[in-house]
Amino acid sequence: MKLVARSETPYDADPMARFRQHLTRTTGLIGTALLLASCQLFETGDQPLTTFEPQSPAAERIDDLFWLVFWIATVVFVLVMGAIVVILFVFRDKKSEDAKEPKQLHGSPKLEVIWTVIPALILAAIAVPTVSAVFDLTECEDGAMVVEVIGHQWWFEYHYPEEDISTANVMVIPVDQPVCAEMTSDDVLHNFWVPALHGKRYLVPGQTTILPLEASETGEYWGHCAEFCGLSHSLMRARVVAMEDSEFEDWVGAQQEPTTLPAEGTPEWDGYQVFLNKACTQCHTVRFDDETASIIIPDEAFNGPELTHFASREVFAGAVLPGSDQTYQQALKNWLANPPAIKPGSYMPNLALTEQEINDLIVWLESNE
Amino acid sequence: MTATAERPQATIFKRPTATTGIWSWLTTVDHKKIGIMYGYAAFFFFILGGIEALLLRIQLAQADAEFLTAGAYNALFTMHGTTMVFLFVMPVGAAFMNYLLPLLIGARDVAFPRLNALSWWIFFFGGIFLYSTFFFGTSLAPISPEGIPGNLAAAGGPGTLHFLADSPDGGWFGYQPNAGPLYSPGTAMDYWALGLQILGLASLISSVNFIVTVFNMRAKGMRLLRMPVFAWMSTVVAFLLLFSLPIIAVALFMVTFDRQFGTLFFAPVGGGDPILWQHLFWLFGHPEVYILILPAMGIVSEVLPVFSRKPLFGYSAVVFAGAAIAFLGFGVWAHHMFASGITPVAQAAFGLATMTIAIPTGIKIFNWLGTMWGGRIRLTTPMLFAVGFVAMFTIGGLSGVTHSIVPSDWQQTDTYYIVAHFHYVLFGGAVFGLFAGLYYWFPKLTGKVMNPTLGKTHFWLQFIGFNLTFAPMHWLGLQGMVRRTWKYPAEVGLEPWNVVVTIGAFTIAASILVFMYNWYTSRRRGQDSGIDPWDARTIEWTTPNPTPEYNFATAPVVSRLDAFWHMKYDEDEEGRAVRKDDADEILAHLEYDGRNPSAPIHLPSPSYFPLIMAVGIPIIFYGIIYHTTMWGKALILIGAVISLSALIGWGIEPLEEESPVEAEDADEEDMELELVEVDDE
Repeated sequence: MKLVARSETPYDADPMARFRQHLTRTTGLIGTALLLASCQLFETGDQPLTTFEPQSPAAERIDDLFWLVFWIATVVFVLVMGAIVVILFVFRDKKSEDAKEPKQLHGSPKLEVIWTVIPALILAAIAVPTVSAVFDLTECEDGAMVVEVIGHQWWFEYHYPEEDISTANVMVIPVDQPVCAEMTSDDVLHNFWVPALHGKRYLVPGQTTILPLEASETGEYWGHCAEFCGLSHSLMRARVVAMEDSEFEDWVGAQQEPTTLPAEGTPEWDGYQVFLNKACTQCHTVRFDDETASIIIPDEAFNGPELTHFASREVFAGAVLPGSDQTYQQALKNWLANPPAIKPGSYMPNLALTEQEINDLIVWLESNE
Repeated sequence: MTATAERPQATIFKRPTATTGIWSWLTTVDHKKIGIMYGYAAFFFFILGGIEALLLRIQLAQADAEFLTAGAYNALFTMHGTTMVFLFVMPVGAAFMNYLLPLLIGARDVAFPRLNALSWWIFFFGGIFLYSTFFFGTSLAPISPEGIPGNLAAAGGPGTLHFLADSPDGGWFGYQPNAGPLYSPGTAMDYWALGLQILGLASLISSVNFIVTVFNMRAKGMRLLRMPVFAWMSTVVAFLLLFSLPIIAVALFMVTFDRQFGTLFFAPVGGGDPILWQHLFWLFGHPEVYILILPAMGIVSEVLPVFSRKPLFGYSAVVFAGAAIAFLGFGVWAHHMFASGITPVAQAAFGLATMTIAIPTGIKIFNWLGTMWGGRIRLTTPMLFAVGFVAMFTIGGLSGVTHSIVPSDWQQTDTYYIVAHFHYVLFGGAVFGLFAGLYYWFPKLTGKVMNPTLGKTHFWLQFIGFNLTFAPMHWLGLQGMVRRTWKYPAEVGLEPWNVVVTIGAFTIAASILVFMYNWYTSRRRGQDSGIDPWDARTIEWTTPNPTPEYNFATAPVVSRLDAFWHMKYDEDEEGRAVRKDDADEILAHLEYDGRNPSAPIHLPSPSYFPLIMAVGIPIIFYGIIYHTTMWGKALILIGAVISLSALIGWGIEPLEEESPVEAEDADEEDMELELVEVDDE
């Protein structure tokens, strides 16, 4: 009815009506846009680093603790903010001439005791689950599978001492089994964080820190180095892949195998030659089925990720590549062409490879599955 | 045979005599002038730190953005943190303490006026020294222990503004070994370490000065528990500075030795311990947080009672809670290190200790609410900022409690959740409190009142901008946004909120522009404040505005808390305040007497030497950075000669000079004064 009435109003006769209609339309548009935008803002489930989707007993316990404290804090928040709002409305100066001055209260010992003791009791109540969780969640279980995590500028290396495997960027673990990450750093401080599995723990050069891990579901979990570790700190990311036991066994078996030394004349051979003739062998270990050809960089030396099973990992360059908008091959091509352009300060220098060399290298690298 | 007659007067040294112009500022020992200089310098650095923040926010508004290079980004967040902590909030606190502390306790100056000037000039040159890194410093990529060079940091990688990279880039916390010689070669981190060393020296000197001032220079009758709360909080801060700064001084010397002279305090290769640095840094760094917030708490405790027209609720509880916070603040440092692998026992202990801080903090908040409750609240600009402080600080306090829940902190530490938390405490808290103070005491500086409309515009813009900027950061952090990240990929789904945050940051910037415009125009054309624009409670308002050089024409005598209020108000049988009939007359007399001292007032004479001594110190420190070169060694020598000569000059400069302020005969014209009741609501 109203709409009809409005449309009957001649625009030019009543500029205010016109203005109002414009205003309604504009606010409507802006409102819709804001609504759409805020839908996007509050959309969840698309944040692989979120702390709200715990996938391990430890992370779940932390999450529960967070929500417990969150709700207590929310109650306090509402009380204090409510009090401020009430005070500002009720006690605001009415500015009438005969308004009386307030009573000059200096305090109340009774109230002081109340608002000292009640918060203390609340905190004491929170302290109990806090302290027990601290002790339960910092140490590894006996018999947990050990994975050594070594931080480098700017990638994570994983050693499986029992299995004698070395890999990078992607940590593979069996599902539902306790894993003990024994962590250290090769250079500066790093901080290993996979939010779905546990909180953060530093990697300290010269020391070993412990982080108990366990995944309740199979799947891929995202991680990030959380301690500022130099120029490309933001490009030091991680993945943890949890697999069924049998799958994990297969993976271990495959990783333990050396890779095939390319036969002369094959396309892989050309890539292998580039690898040998450029500076690559100074940093990268590759174990071949022909032991005499293997390139072993000792742990004490400066090293990059082991390349024996490079192609078995879905991500490289500190789990930064490939980005969402490129294929694996494109990303690898960009990376080899100029690593520091992607990862500032990268120790892998720009080797000024020709396009042919890059293509050859990619063929060889992709064969190292 | 008097002592002065016997004292040899070194005639070659004359005290400076300028009372106006640049020389009066360079040689002043007046606590008010020093406070003003501190304030303007701090504000200048606030603008620099703000511009740095805006550049960071531009970079982060988009996923995978390449507006800044990684080197420039790291340098900017390092300098933003360092600037805001050491060059803005600390010195602006010092500005308030300098200007107000003597006025609040009824003194004519601080105990050691020349020392006060020295600490100001050291701070000033320390700030310049730190920022000179943008011109002289170098920031290089690390060279691996095996000699493999990293790629050139400053120029390497995508992005623009790479020239900004030549400044400290190890974070304001300078964690080792990343900020050590191996991983941060170049001189930028030396500028950082030595710059902080100089700034710490300035604060240490002033802390001693303030402590002596408070204990010795209070007006007659002003017992400790009659001091205004701001004076109390200043005292507590002075003790915090006194005990915490030596720790960071030692730690920074260790870093400098590691970097310059090959010691290995923090280098694992030589058996050094990088975690030791964290203990030392946070053993200073946590009390530092209270150094930043307590002055603001003091300001709010002054402003709330005035505009509620009630005394502070639970005065002694507020005072002792402040002292308790400071005391506990020394026992909680390891809560910055819950992820560092310290033992579970240590984690639990520091977690519990951290919880206890919530108790005195809560006491303060509840008492502030109690102050407003039942009052007659005038929502002036200072009051808005003070109430804003209480609200925002409460949020920061609550998120602070979640950090004491150690396992929860494992998830939150080093994410934007922490960034959100401490900006609620330090911006929503400290900065809102400091703005409350600026609006409240502006009349004491200028004799004018700041424009209330602009003031409120500033408040609401800042309030909205602040919450737009920092509230979403809680969410971002919990969704996995790691701190100090130059880039985040689109896949992590963090971009939408980052856009909001950047919009908020620019809103804050706009609010600061409004403030600057207001400050500038109100100084010139603001409404005259009269002696008592706010119907205040404390004795700094018993002297005219702007404050005369001698502060009080006659030394005040104080018989109770809120002495000025009780000069104007009685209480009826219900306990309600009743304005005395002769209150206006009392104010008129105060104004007249305040401008016309009955006897000559001797004030401390100005001096050249604090300035000269302070000039020498950064020269020495430049020399230390370049000590391997000949000219570096020469600089050390030159700086030492300058400072030591100033020390000698300081020692033998004549003590007595004619006082620049003479008593004048009463001038009848001055009797005509206007009493202005400012209504800025």
